[in-house]
This record gives sequence, structure tokens and C-alpha cells, in this order.
Amino acid sequence: MDTEPILQIDTLTKVYDDVTAVDHISFSVRAGEIIGLLGPNGAGKTTTINMILGILHPTGGSIRIFGKDLATNRSTIGLQVNFAAVYAHMPLNLTVRQNLHIFGLLYEVKHLKKRIAELLTQFDLEQFADTKAGLLSSGELSRLSLAKAIINNPRLLLLDEPTASLDPSVSQHIRAAIKEYVDRTQTAVLWTSHNMQEIEAVCDHVYFLSHGSILLSGNPKTLASEYGKKDLEELFIAVAREPLTLKD
Amino acid sequence: MMLSRTYAIFLRQVYLFRSTPTRLAGVFIWMVIDIIQWGFISKYLGTMGQGTFGFLTCILGAIILWGFMARIQQGIMTSFLEDIWSQNFINFFASPLKIIEYLSGLVMTSIATAVTGIVTVVCIAGIAFGYDFFMIGLSLMPFIIILFIFGTAMGIFVSGMIFRLGPTAEWLGWPIPLVLSLFAGVYYPIATLPPALQVVSRLIPASYVFESLRDILIRGASFTDVMLFLLIGMGLAFLYLCAAYAFFIKIYRRNLESGAIARFSAES
Repeated sequence: MDTEPILQIDTLTKVYDDVTAVDHISFSVRAGEIIGLLGPNGAGKTTTINMILGILHPTGGSIRIFGKDLATNRSTIGLQVNFAAVYAHMPLNLTVRQNLHIFGLLYEVKHLKKRIAELLTQFDLEQFADTKAGLLSSGELSRLSLAKAIINNPRLLLLDEPTASLDPSVSQHIRAAIKEYVDRTQTAVLWTSHNMQEIEAVCDHVYFLSHGSILLSGNPKTLASEYGKKDLEELFIAVAREPLTLKD
Repeated sequence: MMLSRTYAIFLRQVYLFRSTPTRLAGVFIWMVIDIIQWGFISKYLGTMGQGTFGFLTCILGAIILWGFMARIQQGIMTSFLEDIWSQNFINFFASPLKIIEYLSGLVMTSIATAVTGIVTVVCIAGIAFGYDFFMIGLSLMPFIIILFIFGTAMGIFVSGMIFRLGPTAEWLGWPIPLVLSLFAGVYYPIATLPPALQVVSRLIPASYVFESLRDILIRGASFTDVMLFLLIGMGLAFLYLCAAYAFFIKIYRRNLESGAIARFSAES
């Protein structure tokens, strides 16, 4: 396994006027790792992801992806990064195939027709290929979003609540598809979710954010017991309600 | 700059036109109404004069050219608005897409719609009013190029304004051609305006186009006679294009700082 981090975050900070959304956080993600970024609403997860995507400038700190500084190499780095987020809509007035075609061109995907055919099969979207995205169910839309997220075979994949608002069966299907993809391609993944069972099932390591800072981190399977909690969900609630009691 | 990414932005608009052909109405309808209305007005005014002044010649060419410029500006603006309404910014700007590629895609879309519109109205003007748009031949090209560059500059500027102020700022964008037409000498010579307003006219590249066009069509000036005028118009148009691009980049960078790109939506 490549030991150089795919994503290296150092003292990353974002301040809006007098509000510190992200406060000097540092972590890294290596190839084949799925890292969970957890925390209550407003903890700074999406702000962090937006900075890694290059659509939000940090106030301080640095983001290095594939060993390059994001601030000066965004376009080159962007070719090998992708994301899916519950709030980032695919153009709903285009069909599934048209959406994949547009994003395939944006990410300079070679042999695009073949790649689109593969993705339609992989995400069970063949029957919806010529259906407008706006007519798809939440589950189908999530599958389209994930198909777009891996269209360029990214080495770094950012998933911001990819299974939010999906029923357990669809969520499980999507989780399995991502896990299979990561095992096969050794893609590095940063994953945010409010579903603690999901995090426990897929993540190798988690970081709990509270008020923009990393409050605690560790193996999702053992972290709860280390802090005297029954499970990850109980730990999450403690992070949300009484973060100070968890500080070392 | 990658052409495939510019093409992607263009193709997205093509897909939209293909899936909802009613959108095509917007490409033709205003230009067609304008040309028919002004065609009849010109004919009527022609019957009132001594028959020595060609209202048709004077007005219809100007209306077609002005419609072309307005379509370029509005084509860029509406394609930009489409991305706001569809909340595409995160997906687009999180990709390797560069601003120059994005704007080029919008410009490519506006060229396609404006050319479609102008061809339609030129045909209508020819069939309904016997008007020959190409009566000055290839000499028309510099006029079209100046208006294209100026229309592009205005389209990018208005998109930048919407990017800065939010989607509701589109209402500042729609009347721009109408406001500019007051000073651009589209319908009347600039000398008609009070001296103070003539100064404003001189700052508008389109005014050099319409004054030159009138000189050629009415006063029989040659292309060489109006060359300097056209060069000034071209220079100004380029200046505005550079300024509009710099303005858009400035707003984009500001939005990267403020987080507005991530939050930008039809409700913002």
C-alpha cells in the first residue's frame, strides 16, 4: 500500500467574520482508507469538504492532495478527485445519460461512452438512462450521484452524507457499492454521515468534530468503549451535547 | 484551457433546448416581433416622407444588429441563470472546470442562439419587406464583430452582477439592451441627443457601429471613411470585455472566500 497520504490537511482553518467554522484541524487520508468525519450539524464537516473541493478558500492552514498544494494546483488535482453530497444536485432537467456525459467531459474521461455504459450497469441505472434526473426516486438519484462521483476513477472521493434520506435497504446497497469500489481501486475516501451504524460498518478511522475542532478520533469499533460509551451513537450524542466532558 | 470542458457547458444547454423545444421560442420571438413591428412602422413612415429617405434601409438593419447584440448578452445571462436555477454550481465548480472554460461555454451557447435568431429575422425581413441585410456585403462583418464583443462583455458583466447580488439581480440584466439603445444611436443619430448625453454615447462601442452604418447607407460613405470610427468601437468593446472578465473573476474569488458558491441557490 502507498504510505504517502493522498490527502493531507494541516491546521486548516476557516473563519467567517467572527465565527470560526473550522479551527486548526489536521488529519490525513491514505490510499484505500475510508475516514469518517463526524459531528453534529454546524460542526464544520461540510465546510471542511468544501475547502478540500476547492469551492471555499481556507483562512489558514494547508490542503495537500497527491503531495501537491491545492491552492496552486486545483485544476490538475481536480481531475483525480470527485464527490457526492446530498445537497449538491445533479442537473435535474437532464437525463441520467446526459448528466454522465456532461460530467465525463468536465473530468476529461477517456472512452466516455464505454465508461457511461459501465456505470449504468454498475449502479443499476440502465433502465433510467434516458429518464430525466428530476423524475428519479431519492435512491436512484443517489446512485446517479455516486456514478458521477466515480466517473473519473478518482483517487480521492469525498462523500458528504451520501445515504441521507435513503431507506435502509438502498443505503446498504450504496454502502456495499462504495466499499467494493474502494477495495478494488484503493481510492482514499472521506465520508461524513449522521448514521453511526453506517460509519462503524465502513470506516477505518473516524474524527469527531465539535465547534470546528477535532474533539476525538480513533477506530470506530473501539472508540465508544474508550470513552465509556455503549456505542458510537451514544458517543455522538455526547459530542453534540456535552463535548467538554470528553476532552482529555 | 480544455475545449472538452467548454463543450460540456455548451452541450448542457443544447440538451436543455432539445428536451424542451419551447425554450426555442425565447430565441426567436422578441427579434421576430421587433422586426415585424419596425418593418411596418418604417413602411408607414416611408409613405409619409418624400420617398427620398429609406426608413426601411435605415431602421431594419439597425434593429437586426441590435437584436443580435441583445441576444448575445441575454444568451450568456440566461445560460448562467439556468445553472443557478438548477443549483449546479457546486458540481461544476468542484470539477476541474476553469472560469475561462465556463464563460466560453456560455458564450458559445449565446453565439448559437443569436445566430439562429439573426438568420430567422434576416429571412423574415427579406421575405416580408424586401430588405437585403447584406447590401453592404462582407463589410458588415466588423459591425457584427464589434456588437458580438460588446454583447459578450455585457453578458459577462451582468452574470457577474447576479453572481454577486444573487438570482434576483436578473431584473437588472433584462433592461440593459433597452437602456443602452437610448445612447447607442440604434434608432436615431447621436447628434439628436443633448450634448451631455452624446458624451455617454461615445463611451458605448455600439454607437460607433450605428453611426458608421448610417453614414454608409444614407450618406454613401465608403468603408474606408468609417474605418477609424469602427476601430475606436472595436477598441472600446475589447476594453469592456477585459473589464467584464476581470469583474467576474473578482466576484468568483470573493465568493470562494465567503462560501457563496457552496451556498448559492435560487433562494439566495
